[in-house]
Amino acid sequence: MRNYMKLEIPSKSLNEAFARAAVGAFAAQADPTVEELADIKTSVSEAVTNSIIHGYRDTVGVIYIECEARVEKTCVIEITVRDEGVGIPDVERAMEPLFTTAPDEERSGMGFTVMQSFMDTLDVTSEKGKGTTVKMSKEINAGIGDE
Amino acid sequence: MYKKTRGKPTDQSKGGKHMNCEIEQIGGALVVKLSGEIDQHCAEELRGDIDRQLDIKRSASLIIDLGDVDFMDSSGLGLIMGRYRKMQARGGKLLLARPTPAVDKLLELSGINKLVGRERTK
Ligand SMILES: Nc1ncnc2c1ncn2[C@@H]1O[C@H](COP(=O)(O)OP(=O)(O)O)[C@@H](O)[C@H]1O
Ligand SMILES: [Mg+2]
Repeated sequence: MRNYMKLEIPSKSLNEAFARAAVGAFAAQADPTVEELADIKTSVSEAVTNSIIHGYRDTVGVIYIECEARVEKTCVIEITVRDEGVGIPDVERAMEPLFTTAPDEERSGMGFTVMQSFMDTLDVTSEKGKGTTVKMSKEINAGIGDE
Repeated sequence: MYKKTRGKPTDQSKGGKHMNCEIEQIGGALVVKLSGEIDQHCAEELRGDIDRQLDIKRSASLIIDLGDVDFMDSSGLGLIMGRYRKMQARGGKLLLARPTPAVDKLLELSGINKLVGRERTK
């Protein structure tokens, strides 16, 4: 079985809570544990917040969120968060723990580290001036395909 | 006591969901009780509220009670690290109280647990 959803939101910070709640509701159909669900919501919050405060720093743009649930023996939730913002010049560097380009705003530089450790896979592609795509997935142990 | 409540979950006019913050000076400590969801949307305002009270009360220590925090992302880590540095700079200390398992997982990952003490009497 395969299920999916797509979401488009303007890059306003009040949408952070909405985005993680929406993805959380989608993921809930796979019957995740409390911890798995928290991991997914936190990771989505990180990716969406990055698009808002870094990608669209001086503007308001559109954030595209796509989720897919694939069920075989277990369920894999795959989430893509994409922006058409400023992009990341050096992705490898940006993903290092504690690296941030906004320390004076008390950014912790832990966003990518959180996504990396809370999800099973994380793939970041970015082009300067074009935008950033964050693709991540997590296996949920109780399947949705039981019915 | 200083108390601030943000809008209800559906109250977009007040910026949407999400957090409550109660600040109270108890002895030499400023106790900040957070509840709800801590993300980038509310972090800056929280920082302002806490720092303003710290400056007014000249508190020797800061206790942040995380027991009723339903959600936190790395914006919360930035907020906690920032308050840690502020208290360090003035020769005071920061203690964290009652983190939920989810919040503790984040604190552990960031290394904050190695720097910041726990208030266990709550
Ligand atoms: N969507 C994005 N668009 C542009 N730059 C980004 C994006 N996401 C992350 N970055 C860059 O990567 C850095 C590290 O991100 P992260 O680990 O989430 O830490 P933080 O958000 O606290 O700075 C950011 O400081 C920023 O420079
Ligand atoms: Mg971030």
